[in-house]
Amino acid sequence: MSTDLLVKTKSRASQSQAVGKSYKHDSALKHVAGKATYIDDMIEPRGTLHVAPGYAPGATCGRITKIDLSAVRAAPGVVAVLEAADIPGVNDCSPAMGDDPVLVADKIVFHGQLVFLVVAETRLRARKAVKLAEIEVEAEAPLVSVADALKANQTVLPDYEFRRGTPEQTMERSAQQVKSSFALGGQEHFYLEGQVAFAFPGEDGDMTVYSSTQHPTEVQHTVAKVLSLDEAAVTIEVRRMGGAFGGKESQANQWAALAALAANATGRPCKCRLDRDDDMILTGKRHDFLVDVAAGCDASGKIEAVEISLNSRCGHSADLSLGINDRAMFHADNSYFYPEVRIGSKRLKTNTVSNTAFRGFGGPQGMFAAERLMDAIAIKMGQDPLDVRKANFYREGQNTTPYGQSVDEHDVLAKLVDQLEESSEYRARRKAVDAFNAKSTILKKGIALTPVKFGISFTLTHLNQAGALVHLYRDGSVHLNHGGTEMGQGLYQKVAQIAATEMGVSLEKVKITATNTSKVANTSPTAASSGTDLNGMAAAIACREIVGRLKTFVAQHFEVSEEDVELVDDQMLINGKPKLSIKQLAQLAYEHRIHLSSSGFYKTPKIIWDRERVKGRPFLYFAYGASCSEVVIDTLTGEMKVERVDVLHDVGKSLNPALDIGQIEGGFVQGMGWLTTEELWFDDAGRLRTHAPSTYKIPTASDVPEEFNVSLYESEGNPEPTIYRSKAVGEPPLMLPISVFCAINDAIASLNKGVLPKLDAPATPEAILKAVKAIKAGEEG
Amino acid sequence: MRTAIRFLRKGQVVELDRFEPTTTLLEYLRLSEHATGTKEGCGEGDCGACTIALGRLRDGKLVYEPVNSCILLLGQIDGCELVTVEDLEGPDGLHPVQQALVDLHGSQCGFCTPGFVMNLFTLYHTNTPGLTRQDVNTWIAGNLCRCTGYRPIVDAALEACRNGLNDAFADRAAETESKLAALQDGQDVRVGDGEHFFFAPSSFQSLLETYGEHPDATLVSGSTDVGLWVTKHLRDLPKVIYLGRVNGLSTCYEDEQGIRLGAGASYAVAEQFLTAIDPDLEVVISRIGSKQVRASGTVGGNIANGSPIGDMPPMLIALGAEIELQSNRGRRALPLESFFIDYGKQDIAENEVLTSISVPRIGEGQQFRAYKISKRFDQDISAVMAAFCLTVTDGVIEAARMAFGGMAGIPKRASGAEAALRGASLADPNSWQDALNAIESDFIPMSDMRASSSYRRDVARGLLEKALLEISEASSHQTRVHGQRELAAGGAHVN
Repeated sequence: MSTDLLVKTKSRASQSQAVGKSYKHDSALKHVAGKATYIDDMIEPRGTLHVAPGYAPGATCGRITKIDLSAVRAAPGVVAVLEAADIPGVNDCSPAMGDDPVLVADKIVFHGQLVFLVVAETRLRARKAVKLAEIEVEAEAPLVSVADALKANQTVLPDYEFRRGTPEQTMERSAQQVKSSFALGGQEHFYLEGQVAFAFPGEDGDMTVYSSTQHPTEVQHTVAKVLSLDEAAVTIEVRRMGGAFGGKESQANQWAALAALAANATGRPCKCRLDRDDDMILTGKRHDFLVDVAAGCDASGKIEAVEISLNSRCGHSADLSLGINDRAMFHADNSYFYPEVRIGSKRLKTNTVSNTAFRGFGGPQGMFAAERLMDAIAIKMGQDPLDVRKANFYREGQNTTPYGQSVDEHDVLAKLVDQLEESSEYRARRKAVDAFNAKSTILKKGIALTPVKFGISFTLTHLNQAGALVHLYRDGSVHLNHGGTEMGQGLYQKVAQIAATEMGVSLEKVKITATNTSKVANTSPTAASSGTDLNGMAAAIACREIVGRLKTFVAQHFEVSEEDVELVDDQMLINGKPKLSIKQLAQLAYEHRIHLSSSGFYKTPKIIWDRERVKGRPFLYFAYGASCSEVVIDTLTGEMKVERVDVLHDVGKSLNPALDIGQIEGGFVQGMGWLTTEELWFDDAGRLRTHAPSTYKIPTASDVPEEFNVSLYESEGNPEPTIYRSKAVGEPPLMLPISVFCAINDAIASLNKGVLPKLDAPATPEAILKAVKAIKAGEEG
Repeated sequence: MRTAIRFLRKGQVVELDRFEPTTTLLEYLRLSEHATGTKEGCGEGDCGACTIALGRLRDGKLVYEPVNSCILLLGQIDGCELVTVEDLEGPDGLHPVQQALVDLHGSQCGFCTPGFVMNLFTLYHTNTPGLTRQDVNTWIAGNLCRCTGYRPIVDAALEACRNGLNDAFADRAAETESKLAALQDGQDVRVGDGEHFFFAPSSFQSLLETYGEHPDATLVSGSTDVGLWVTKHLRDLPKVIYLGRVNGLSTCYEDEQGIRLGAGASYAVAEQFLTAIDPDLEVVISRIGSKQVRASGTVGGNIANGSPIGDMPPMLIALGAEIELQSNRGRRALPLESFFIDYGKQDIAENEVLTSISVPRIGEGQQFRAYKISKRFDQDISAVMAAFCLTVTDGVIEAARMAFGGMAGIPKRASGAEAALRGASLADPNSWQDALNAIESDFIPMSDMRASSSYRRDVARGLLEKALLEISEASSHQTRVHGQRELAAGGAHVN
């Protein structure tokens, strides 16, 4: 079946077609009534036990010299204590590289690395017993920061580079050179529902695990591997997560493995739910970076050559760092044409928890580097930063990225930015900001308008596949299942809208069901913003298969042509006239032995990526957006307030505008937190000290600007044949608030014209005050 | 003496006579009642996912307050009505706050939603006309949402509250009030045995007697601090004495000298008295903890726990507050500043209980300013807390009291700067320089996850400069990015 068939709007589309409408989140009614069941809310069968993970609280790195768990075993309520030697299969929960032991016995390489687990009658007793362990470690000096690892030259993966021309030489000949070095902080996911897994042992050693995971298939593989079972003996299910944001892509594996190990050892259902502090200490975060950018421009500010070095803290193991750092490189151009360019990447190994996927998957860090470069050029050349940005946008003839893919929709980016420039009144407000700053001594304002161009598709090409399973029952109800997981983004509802539209039934007839590895197998993670693109298309294909069989049957049965048959509004129409209800049709078809179930399978067309030769087309398309932010800072304390934000974002033809706006606003605020209040602070011993919401500050309601105007770009539809010509929306909005950071930078820059502020991210009050002091002293950033 | 706690739940009185002294309300709900609508997000009262509403009588009227159930001890709800997210839906459908959240797309992953619902339920019950976005922001500062970006939640709050109070809880308020009144029996409550108990005395006398007998008992007031000893440090606290039912311990009043706060008064109660002193007190108190934390936490607890980073002590010290301590040996009063001796060490003897705080009014010619500096505006522990009280005659600073939090192991006055500022002229910024320089030598602050030592010193200096600029002439609109004095002094208030 050609994919283009799927995107054609039906000839006689119903008024009640479900796609394109702002339906509520599928679970909205349950959310507000406390009736949505998360894993910890499941009724616990008799005999359920609880798992708590054990580690050496004082140690970061070194050989283990003593493990004495006798007091743990003797503690009240303890049923079992398991160590590395008790693992029947492979002691690894990594996504691919085999370098993430579930439990260690010989050596600890980061603070919080697990040594044992306790299984007890209650969660409290398990947690209390853990504290009785005696573990001694021959402490070694840890590598904690990016700088530490750079100095020691320790990496988890080989360096990688994109190159076009000889930017080093070209830059030297340019009329204007700029450069900047800066630190860019990491980010804790802070999903509200912490990591949790609930394992149920079955007969023959089978294991079923309810896991709060974005990647049920990988959890299945991990549990099978750790227990030495066939994958077919392991089933993973997840109905919903209380947030994930990438933090449950690979790093849900370990907790499921612990629960399964405990269930396997005791023969009883076992639940592992992490305490929030443990969750934040034991799971990876967004990679933090040290970045060097340099460019040469002509006298008008147009870039001739660029060099960007991206150095990231990966932690102790590879986890998903390959894809994340590649994606940082793929986005270090953001929306700008670099005629000659070198983008280098170092994936540094540290004695810290392994950093992992987080909404944007490296893209935000790369894009931030590009925007920093634009600000550096503008400040150095005394130009408005928006003019410098626009002068360097991809355009006809100058639309090849550093990795060789062409940017076909560059006109969308230009139009979108022009529209936002006007609707946000950027030019008038720029003047007002300048006027304010001329008069105000303590407070200074800043404004910035920045674009987003984000590549859609997994850059690991084989992940761009998805499956779905659809049943039509004899009462006309539709059972919908697919490989995508629901973490709050509204995927289940979007796919249900697609299924309802394809099946010609009302949305209420579509039963959304939990993601389960035994219904749809070999799934990809719900990640890379791809959930709807992939699973929506797979579901549509499955529905089309059933509808096709029904039409063939109806044509034969009623002796009409298939083209005359239509399924719409819970009815079967022949030549536009209602003939049977969907219920009657399903019953009739069943009686005529028509197969009313189908799987659907989809793989993204056109994409190909040869990483070795840096060649190909990694992305099917790009999603675009832009935002304009205005801030005010206090030069005595470094405090900052975002006063107004305008956003225009391209989702192609929206499948559900309300859900899309929700992703945009939520992504914006989350990205704003990354760049402002959210600071991960490790002590000298390499222990994370911001491991609870009391010390790690994600935005609250009052951090959201009073004036927050968010609009969807009026798109003519995705030029690529995506599901109903929509565009992915999960990750791209996270990068919109780079404009907040640039506006802060702009406010500081007003203190000493021509000097680039020495501002690191996150721009906490301390970082801002430091930059204020530096710029007053004339120091360049 | 009663041997069971009693509370109102779904219209019925529930009695519980067997529970651990440190069992939290959230554990009771999720593990005993199997009411899993209420979620645990952090277990330390910082995310609000576990928010429930407690109905209490205030001056005979029913008031609903939001509370973090994860750190509230079960015994503390004696005499209250307990309302959880499962209780709001009625025969006519969803509660107005639930419906508004559904209609306006206020949930995504949904895990924080029950907490928002319950907090907004309490806002709804304030029945405040003309709510602004800022009012709502302040009210929900203790509820974290990682998905929506809050805009639709605030919209839903405004929408739900637009049409006044009209729900089943309001309909049966009189009945609830009489049921709650019937629970106020004035008796001591003790659940447990001699060595393992939750004890809630009803009088000073029995408090002092029991604490005299059990000096190893843990005094609990709001449990916003002790709760974390239980959930995070996993401490065994076999003997808990809860202060919330002691008759008179929460009483606040105003007299000629100033205000007197009972040490057991929650911030929610005390703030009405404190904010009358100066608009900056309102600005800062609205940022202490969250609505949930202020509904449970007490000013007395904030002092007695000896925290070097509490926000209230520096303000009270700058204002010249005194405290009173009592034990079965008698009572004594002392200036608040001398209560704090060193990090973790306070001037409090075995068996002594902090009973009240007296705060003088701001006198003629006195000017007060207070600033809270933190990474995040709302619900964040300060990197630096500063409070200034200057006595000015004819433009000359006659006396200065400056107290800081976050600058030392205890809340501390800047004695060098205070001395250097005496005689300085408001009109002549050059005359401020000695004081500004002195502040940097008054303290050797530490570096930690909240701020570096050098930032803390820069900010302390900057805040003194800001205070002097404001007191000399500047409107806070020229000196602050948020927390304007003018707004606080003239704005609408939701209590």
